[in-house]
Amino acid sequence: MTLFASQIVDGLADGAIYASLALALVFSYRSTGIVNFAQGEMAMLSAYLVWQLMAWGLPLIPAVLVSIVVSFIAGALLYASIVKPLSHASLLTVVSVLIGLYLALNSLAGFIWTYTIKPLPSLFPKAHLQFGSFSVSAETAGIIVVVGLVLLLLYLLFETTKVGLAMRGAASTPDSAVLVGVSVPVMLLIGWGIAAALGALSGILVAPRVFLNPTMMFGVIIYAFAAATLGGFDSIVGAVVGGLLVGVVENLVGTYVPWIGPDLKIIVALVLIFGTLLIKPDGLFGRKKVVRL
Amino acid sequence: MNVVIKPRLPIAVRAMVGATLAVVFLYVVPFVIPNYLVSQFATVLVFAIAIVGINLVTGFGGAITLGHAAFVALGSYTTAILVVRYGWNPYATIPVSAALSWVAGWCLGFPALRLQGLYLALGTLVLSITVPPVLKRFEGFTGGVQGLNVGNPEAPAFLPVDDSQWIYFVSLAVAAVLYVIARRILSGPLRRALVAARDNQLVGAVMGVDRATLTTATFAMSSLYAGVAGSLYAMIVGFVSPDTFNVMMSLSLFVGAVVGGITSLNGAIVGAMFIQFVPVWASDIDVSLGGLVFGCALILTLVAIPAGIGGLSERLFIRLCARLGWVEGASAKRSAAAVVGSAQNEPA
Repeated sequence: MTLFASQIVDGLADGAIYASLALALVFSYRSTGIVNFAQGEMAMLSAYLVWQLMAWGLPLIPAVLVSIVVSFIAGALLYASIVKPLSHASLLTVVSVLIGLYLALNSLAGFIWTYTIKPLPSLFPKAHLQFGSFSVSAETAGIIVVVGLVLLLLYLLFETTKVGLAMRGAASTPDSAVLVGVSVPVMLLIGWGIAAALGALSGILVAPRVFLNPTMMFGVIIYAFAAATLGGFDSIVGAVVGGLLVGVVENLVGTYVPWIGPDLKIIVALVLIFGTLLIKPDGLFGRKKVVRL
Repeated sequence: MNVVIKPRLPIAVRAMVGATLAVVFLYVVPFVIPNYLVSQFATVLVFAIAIVGINLVTGFGGAITLGHAAFVALGSYTTAILVVRYGWNPYATIPVSAALSWVAGWCLGFPALRLQGLYLALGTLVLSITVPPVLKRFEGFTGGVQGLNVGNPEAPAFLPVDDSQWIYFVSLAVAAVLYVIARRILSGPLRRALVAARDNQLVGAVMGVDRATLTTATFAMSSLYAGVAGSLYAMIVGFVSPDTFNVMMSLSLFVGAVVGGITSLNGAIVGAMFIQFVPVWASDIDVSLGGLVFGCALILTLVAIPAGIGGLSERLFIRLCARLGWVEGASAKRSAAAVVGSAQNEPA
């Protein structure tokens, strides 16, 4: 039973990381209708930035904060420089440009920091928290708490501030938002910035577990895709629930289904994505798209 | 209004072009250039076959696929398993690969119908990421991480060619047949139906285009191309291993298709040469340069020449033919004048 419980908790921690990256995907999708295939690679660069700042002598926590701020700015710049000019381009062009970006960023990391793995210290101490007979590593608990806090902040931003309201307006009905004086491009800019910052968070949380290397986000982005698809690409709640679900299911399947085991866990993501798209293409929480002819 | 100009070359010019192509493909590539390059050119042909498949499904079918390496893997492993485990003749495995990947493409084409645009790109990308772990898992069958040793087919003794030249000729023959088939598919009514379904589903449906069947069939056909490419790839390399068919291969093929021109069958060979040789040259300078060049090439192509290298040169070629008067129907000018005349006669 304790194995089961600890698998659930580990799953939630993995799920929290997937959720933050899935949220990043959802933010860029909601604001511009684009699935950012390069999101994982941007997150990887953010994690490398933390390592570089620490190599230059900054302590861990400030390095993480600087990296998240820089990622926010980079995300906004990416929107302004590449995504915005593509707003009327064909889907093929958009996908190609993002794939190009993915390839270029991945190689850029290899070019600057080489392909040898680097350790990134964890944000959390190497302790165990004991609850009766049940123990959780501080890292697992810490990841859940940090992502939870960030979600709370986002919730407050969207529900209680004017900027949040404007962003929701710009995402749901841009034409009406313009009429009440919301600058839609600025809101989309902020949306992409938040997306990049959330991606950075996921990269920084995952890097200590898998070591820094240019391909480290492969195993994360695929589950984040699954999470966002499962939850519905335009739903913030969906991304969080989807992320946690994917994390738990992935861990349980890896442990209890011997035929699949840890090597083939990745198939969970494939099955979830195709299953969702076939059975309920809008996901659990997504809005149904209605097209006026 | 767009006037469709069909180039029609004088017989002498056509014969010269044909002869030049024949000399290049049948003599210069296999016999003149250094021997180690010959098998690389065989790989180029194989990539070109797979890229023609992408042209069909993405360029004309309008369905973006980022996971073609999955079908290449299917073809390669079909050949490898039949040869290694069941002792088949390698050439006999090509039709089996073709049939299997056609069926697989048909099965995937069905969800592809429901997955529009981005979702299909996403789904195929994830499919491609899943392939290597699955291949590694079923070790007893696929040889696991070590892969399978297929061996290069030997050239027949009565021909004065070595093994790499032989496999080059085999690839050339297969590529030529598949190229002609693709050209046939893409000339005439089927092309118009595909383009109609791609550009405006509603109008297509009104015109009686059954998009569902058409998209599924295109997907199946394009997978067949990838599967055959995979079979040949296994024979050229003589060895298959799971990590060859990773997501980078899928994305490379996509890059090749875009750089060569997504709707240009002739561009497929350009795209294939690009993805075969550029990483080799780039990695001489730095290991990571290949991906950087790929990424930049992809973005630059779309910004500068969206039709790709193949599409651009086809356009220039048509313009040249029009300039030289080598167009279909000697009365082209006269009929154009007649159209203008009748338009003027109509009441405003």
